[in-house]
Amino acid sequence: MRVKSGRFPWLLAVPALVGLLFLVLPFAGLLIRTPWSTIGTRLLLPEVRDALLLSLATATAATALALCFGVPLAWLLARTDIPGRRLVRALVTVPLVIPPVVGGVALLLVLGRGGVVGRYLYDWFGFSLPFTPAAVVVAQVFVAMPFLVISVEGALRGADRRYEEAAATLGATRAVIFLRVTMPMVAPGVVAGAVLAWARALGEFGATITFAGNFPGRTQTMPLAVYLAMQESPESAVVLSLVLLLVSLAVLVGLRDRWVGAL
Amino acid sequence: MTTAPALDAHLVVERPGFRLDLRLTAAPGEIVALLGPNGAGKSTALRALAGLEPMSKGHILLDGRDVTATPTELRPIGMVFQDYLLFAHLNALDNVAFGPRCRGASAAEARARAAELLARVGLADRAQAKPRTLSGGQAQRVALARALAVRPRLLLLDEPLAALDAHTRAAVRSRLRRHLAEVDAATVLVTHDPLDAMVLADRVTVIEQGRVVQDGSPAEVAQHPRTEYVARLVGLNLYRGRAHGTEVAIGEGTAARNMSVAGRHEGEVFVVFPPRAVALYRERPDGTPRNVWRATIDGIERFGDQVRVHLDGEIPVSADITPAALADLRLTVGSPAWAGVKATEVECYPA
Repeated sequence: MRVKSGRFPWLLAVPALVGLLFLVLPFAGLLIRTPWSTIGTRLLLPEVRDALLLSLATATAATALALCFGVPLAWLLARTDIPGRRLVRALVTVPLVIPPVVGGVALLLVLGRGGVVGRYLYDWFGFSLPFTPAAVVVAQVFVAMPFLVISVEGALRGADRRYEEAAATLGATRAVIFLRVTMPMVAPGVVAGAVLAWARALGEFGATITFAGNFPGRTQTMPLAVYLAMQESPESAVVLSLVLLLVSLAVLVGLRDRWVGAL
Repeated sequence: MTTAPALDAHLVVERPGFRLDLRLTAAPGEIVALLGPNGAGKSTALRALAGLEPMSKGHILLDGRDVTATPTELRPIGMVFQDYLLFAHLNALDNVAFGPRCRGASAAEARARAAELLARVGLADRAQAKPRTLSGGQAQRVALARALAVRPRLLLLDEPLAALDAHTRAAVRSRLRRHLAEVDAATVLVTHDPLDAMVLADRVTVIEQGRVVQDGSPAEVAQHPRTEYVARLVGLNLYRGRAHGTEVAIGEGTAARNMSVAGRHEGEVFVVFPPRAVALYRERPDGTPRNVWRATIDGIERFGDQVRVHLDGEIPVSADITPAALADLRLTVGSPAWAGVKATEVECYPA
């Protein structure tokens, strides 16, 4: 769109440009500092491969779990008048605003071997959750699910409920309506939410290191590996960061045209 | 022999500031139009029949079976919504097959039934089309096929023509009429367009403020309106008055004016005459057999090749005159005039 007055809107353009540079420059720095000559050998290190595979697997599992529990939760928030709905929504968004490391501590207190719930897990099943790959997934679900819930709830609120009524007049039960009418209608919102949740899970650091620890091959995800590498060999950290960046970009670009426009 | 009504309903829906109380019956194959202004409760009545609107009281019997408390998905109904509400992610065929599928048909059966219905509404070649690629008229036919695919005992149509633009409406309307004629279920059609009601329905029920104000064949309703709303819709001047012989007193108390009418009547009556029966004069005309009264021009609008003049005064009235006559009389908004109508043009019937 053209600015009709003919004068360039400096007042807005200057801060906008500063903001843009601030967002883009770090990536440029990353590319400039990448040790391109040794990138091949560094990428092939088994620690890197393990961390990457663990990150991809746990983020995907966390997204799947977030979908299983988050979509029904979003439906409950959007479509029912359960008492204290506003409070429930506020609680759902808490993980968005608290520091992830606090979330990790909280998870440990609840699900740890001596925790409120974890105690029984251990007593009855001999199972201790913290410091396992499963704990990585739990930490990621904790921080990522709110993104999904909020996105899906918004989509559900925006969806035209009369389509559901039309389905009912055709003989569809509530379950059929949900699966065959509601879900297809809110699919863009669900996919957008899942992408956001996946990206958030992939980058999760604080809750993971607190609740799952940092054991290479078991709980050391890419962000942890990057942090660790930064202490010992910054060049490796750069390479690992580059890999994370590329994976994230690939997902965004791959989904952009079809879905992410709904974000 | 009298046929049992396919639909026998007493619908009562109460909401703050609104009450719908409506008795509705329809014989198998009969098409009943609910006609009324916006907010009259027509759509609420239709939604109550579909089970989408909770009823405070009343009953709904379909073929003698009580479905008052039956959830929507178990009622033997089909509904065509105002914007058709075709499922955007399904093609036309799967939209039509959706109902049979929900009611237990196998995928193959449902599709065969859907294909048959699409062919019936003349859309066999559009079976694979997604709803957004269909024209308004086509979408309406798919919606009709979808509603009929479940073999409903009661077909509900909510403003089936309102979403169409004016120049496709007439064609779609006559096509819809042909399709509805083949339906053996009772049909209830909601519309605010009198033409839809007149063309499509066997019987017209006029609703205002949640109540039935008139019920009859389209011709009866058009010729003998009983409320101002209907009279305006069908383009007639309508008044209520007290008849004594060939004179009818219109208005209250001392403001009442007498009007001579064609036949002899007694008691409460409606008086009705078309705008084209009204003549206008600048000066009080002498020696005419007409009813004449003083009025003021309130508005002037084109109406086909005529001009419709709205007058306010002792008896508010609409008059259709030629543009030439208007120019001749040099009438503008606000100018005084005399309106006249012959007694023989005034129809009168009991209220």
